[in-house]
Amino acid sequence: MTKSLYTEDARTKRRNAAERRFKAYGAIAIGIAMVALVILLTSVVSQGIGAFRQTYITIDVPLPEAKLDKSGTRDMAVMSKVTTIGYAPLLRDGLVNAIAEAGIQTDLSDKEIGDLISKEAPATVRDRVLANPDLIGGTDRFTLLADGRIDGYFKGRVTMASAALDKNTSPGKLELADKLRDAGIMNVKFNWAFLTAPDASDQRPEAAGLGVAILGSLYMMIVVLVLALPIGVAASIYLEEFAPKNRWTDVIEVNIANLAAVPSIVYGILGLAIFINFMQFNQSSPLVGGMVLALMTLPTIIISTRAALKAVPPSIRDAALGVGASKMQSVFHHVLPLAAPGILTGTIIGLAQALGETAPLLLIGMVAFVRDYPEAYSSATGLFGDPSTALPVQIYNWTQRADPAFVERAQGAIITLLVFLLVMNTVAIILRRRFERRW
Amino acid sequence: MEDMYRMDKAMNAQQDTKISARNVNVYYGDKHAIKDVSVEIADKTVTAFIGPSGCGKSTFLRCINRMNDTIDIARVTGNILIDGEDITDPRVDPVQLRAKVGMVFQKPNPFPKSIYDNVAYGPKIHGLARNKSDLDEIVERALRRGAIWDEVKDRLLEPGTGLSGGQQQRLCIARAVATEPEVLLMDEPCSALDPIATAQVEELIDELRQSYSVVIVTHSMQQAARVSQKTAFFHLGNMVEYGVTDKIFTNPEDPRTESYISGRIG
Repeated sequence: MTKSLYTEDARTKRRNAAERRFKAYGAIAIGIAMVALVILLTSVVSQGIGAFRQTYITIDVPLPEAKLDKSGTRDMAVMSKVTTIGYAPLLRDGLVNAIAEAGIQTDLSDKEIGDLISKEAPATVRDRVLANPDLIGGTDRFTLLADGRIDGYFKGRVTMASAALDKNTSPGKLELADKLRDAGIMNVKFNWAFLTAPDASDQRPEAAGLGVAILGSLYMMIVVLVLALPIGVAASIYLEEFAPKNRWTDVIEVNIANLAAVPSIVYGILGLAIFINFMQFNQSSPLVGGMVLALMTLPTIIISTRAALKAVPPSIRDAALGVGASKMQSVFHHVLPLAAPGILTGTIIGLAQALGETAPLLLIGMVAFVRDYPEAYSSATGLFGDPSTALPVQIYNWTQRADPAFVERAQGAIITLLVFLLVMNTVAIILRRRFERRW
Repeated sequence: MEDMYRMDKAMNAQQDTKISARNVNVYYGDKHAIKDVSVEIADKTVTAFIGPSGCGKSTFLRCINRMNDTIDIARVTGNILIDGEDITDPRVDPVQLRAKVGMVFQKPNPFPKSIYDNVAYGPKIHGLARNKSDLDEIVERALRRGAIWDEVKDRLLEPGTGLSGGQQQRLCIARAVATEPEVLLMDEPCSALDPIATAQVEELIDELRQSYSVVIVTHSMQQAARVSQKTAFFHLGNMVEYGVTDKIFTNPEDPRTESYISGRIG
């Protein structure tokens, strides 16, 4: 009496059920992860996308000689004595004129109308006038930042109800802003300044940008790459291919694995103690930040490089040694090229990790408010020695500010950081695909 | 007639010793892998090492070009003389030695580079070619000697890894002879090949005998009988018997050899 193959016996049924259950668990796990990712991205994008759009006012600003150059000689020393406080009334006059020309009715006072313009705007006008003194005496067309509250109103952050309780703005100003937009004087445009401008003070969130932070992060990545890649690869090649396998190399190996797990803030303390206090490098400089991040990235690079070297089949080493290549020739001519995709991937993942790291940078003073673009090299501070900040630190910094406009900026900065990380990881994948060879 | 010719050839060769191993012992950590092996290998002869798996024949082969140096736990004692020079002497640079003693491995292992670069690599690092046309000539000669020239001459720049298994192994042989070695070590060169590719490689080995002293490790006794003039039988790290191939296979002296050949052990 043999059993039919058409019916499952009890044991097979149980086994198949277990397999189906396991697949379902896997699918559920992936589902949860995907939902979390989608929630994260929607929340960040919906809150942060506003940072990439900004409200601008386009008006003709009168530039009377009597106010801007009392001497009439276009002497730079005289002209630069007029501060932004001297320029602010001119901007207000320009806006009042534009409102009158467009035939817009408003019962706001001139001073209140002036509040619609950002406190950053006079500096824009002043910079252009000082660069082109010929403009004095006439009028010129400027595209100026609108006040942060007005900007927030167009983006939905500020409402009539919230404006009624806000001493920095009023429902009347928002109504005027609506009319200005309808008249084409005020409009919302893509905000390049968010990526290029430096940070701004608490009073003018509309002017705050990531320029300094992106530059600082870029400098640090250069320092990390230049320090961590050669040191990491050289260390891995030595450990993997040349070092005798004994107790000392075991100890080193265990410690490298441990270093990879050390909390990043510990590296910050180390950087503070050694690079700043002992070696007297500049505080807040990308050089110190880069060195600290390089230390932090080294274990990652070493571990991934060693894994890549291990993955090269030993038959390739035998083949090279068999035709009389020296150990070094076999490593550099054959093993290293085959391990290169893995090494590159590890390095880029290490860099991406370093790019998103905040804690150690707080300890070495990169959390400071920096408005001047850092120089790559200057004679006073040396290579990468200018004070600077970094992307993740800038995010941390902005989330601490009181004005909700800065929260939007912080979310926008997160989007920027995520885009950079995405680009780096994509490059890693492309490089791996490009250089991967079959054997 | 053929047998007579072979015997004659083997006898002549015996006078001309190429490699002479004396009391060679190899230890892998605590394991005593090769026990006191002494053997004289003749020039322009194919010498086969046979024996069951793990008997140490590959290990002994790897002593002859000091490939065991690359294994940390391996320790070799005794002397191996090539042309009267002791290669275990600390003054001998293994890199120089391996240019003189080429090796072909069990699994075809071409570099993941073009066919041309595979063969040209050895001559390049040893500085055997003065210029490009010199190198071209060396590559062609090596590929012809590897009996693969006609198959690959039109696609020298294609990757060597794209060839079939048998072609890859002949490419590896071409790569090994490109550096003009005097001894060619082959570690089960046909174990990954089909019978047709095996026949081609065996034919090639017979031709290579004209110019080199060939030492081949094989699992196939038929292969040893077909290609070699002298055969050594290894068992549990000992070299049990060494002699003219026909004698080993027809009239072995040691009972262990006999039982291995007749299929009772191994």
